[in-house]
Amino acid sequence: MSDFIGESLACLRGERPVFAGLDFSVASGGALLLTGANGSGKSSLLRVMAGLLPPTAGQIWWDREDLAREPDAHHARTAYLGHLDAVKAALTPREDLMFWLRYRAPHLNAYSGRIRADEALAWAGLTPLADLPCRVLSAGQRRRLAIARIAFDETADLWLLDEPTTALDANGALLLHDRVALHRARGGMIVAATHQPLHWPDAQTLDLDVLARRRSDAATRGKYFDNVA
Amino acid sequence: MNGFALLLVRDLRLALRRPADAAVAVAFFVVGACLFPFGIGSESQLLARIAPGVLWAVALLASLLPLERLFLAEAEDGALDRLALSPHGLMSLVLAKACAQWLVVGLPLLIASPLVALLLNMDVNGYGALLAALLLGTPTLVLIGTVAAALSTGARRGGVLLALLALPLDLPVLIFGAAAVQAALVGDPIGAYLQVLAGLLLGALVLTPIAGAAALKLALE
Repeated sequence: MSDFIGESLACLRGERPVFAGLDFSVASGGALLLTGANGSGKSSLLRVMAGLLPPTAGQIWWDREDLAREPDAHHARTAYLGHLDAVKAALTPREDLMFWLRYRAPHLNAYSGRIRADEALAWAGLTPLADLPCRVLSAGQRRRLAIARIAFDETADLWLLDEPTTALDANGALLLHDRVALHRARGGMIVAATHQPLHWPDAQTLDLDVLARRRSDAATRGKYFDNVA
Repeated sequence: MNGFALLLVRDLRLALRRPADAAVAVAFFVVGACLFPFGIGSESQLLARIAPGVLWAVALLASLLPLERLFLAEAEDGALDRLALSPHGLMSLVLAKACAQWLVVGLPLLIASPLVALLLNMDVNGYGALLAALLLGTPTLVLIGTVAAALSTGARRGGVLLALLALPLDLPVLIFGAAAVQAALVGDPIGAYLQVLAGLLLGALVLTPIAGAAALKLALE
């Protein structure tokens, strides 16, 4: 059983405080949904959690191990779905999946990587397009491909998903729902930023707007010393 | 296969499907060097004398051309984040990118160089030294350019910044590379020049992945 905890995190983007005094905690099998208006810092928080963006203040712990001390180990266990799909127009979906699955999981060889990629292609409904260049894919199909890389990556304990259902149809959202349940059943954790309700069972919600409002109320009452802004 | 080899194969595959990028650099090399005979006129002796310097300077500029897109293309479509989030670390990423870049751009420049030397009326005695010096020098140019590309990825107007960062650092390679060819033309031994170029390459192989990884970390923020 692992846990993933952040304490009094703050983040500055271009001199502007995006969030401050933020705490979160996810346990094995847990899911955390980040909600809030555009610009409330959901994507920044996901990048902080991925270890791509160092927080301005605060600490993040994985199993009581400071993230700042072990960045490479954290990178190896984290799968990140950004709002961009990172699909190269010149590669085929099969080449794309084989590259990313094997890049993340060095134990896969060309043969096992291909089997895994075919499984992922079938899941995403992309088998008929597997050997066409990705430039023929629609936005929703690109999103499915990007999700398939993570959904079939067994090395990742932590999934960080930024608006995973963007451009997905109802069926795509259901497919994602199944893989999420499977990942959590195996003891994986998920943090997802979302505007649409995802209906994941027992998911906690962290509303960044509420957090910001509470802080500004506290600041106006003068009870709270703000060491960030 | 490890991450380095996987990324190298992917980048080579991408480059083969879009050969225009590499072709532009080689075309710039040939056309750029062709400007000198037109500018200098019909003095073939003078042309032959400045040929090593011209060749090296134009090869250096041509190797910079495609570097701007090296990490920018990955950053723009979100692939850079995912490449960073892997068990392989950023240094292996920088090295794989540089290796692919040399195979796609440096090697074609090397192959095109005898043609350009012919256009500049260079003496045949210098061809062997030219190829040997380019073989040792172009990987260094690409490695230094890769660090500059990583640094300029997060910046606006990155292309200009890239050239300003890389050109001063490329100077030793230019000096010893051109000197090796010059020495071969007058019949002097070139071993010492090649050793310096090899030394520069080894130094770049050790230092540029460290610098490149640090620069990429900034670009990822």
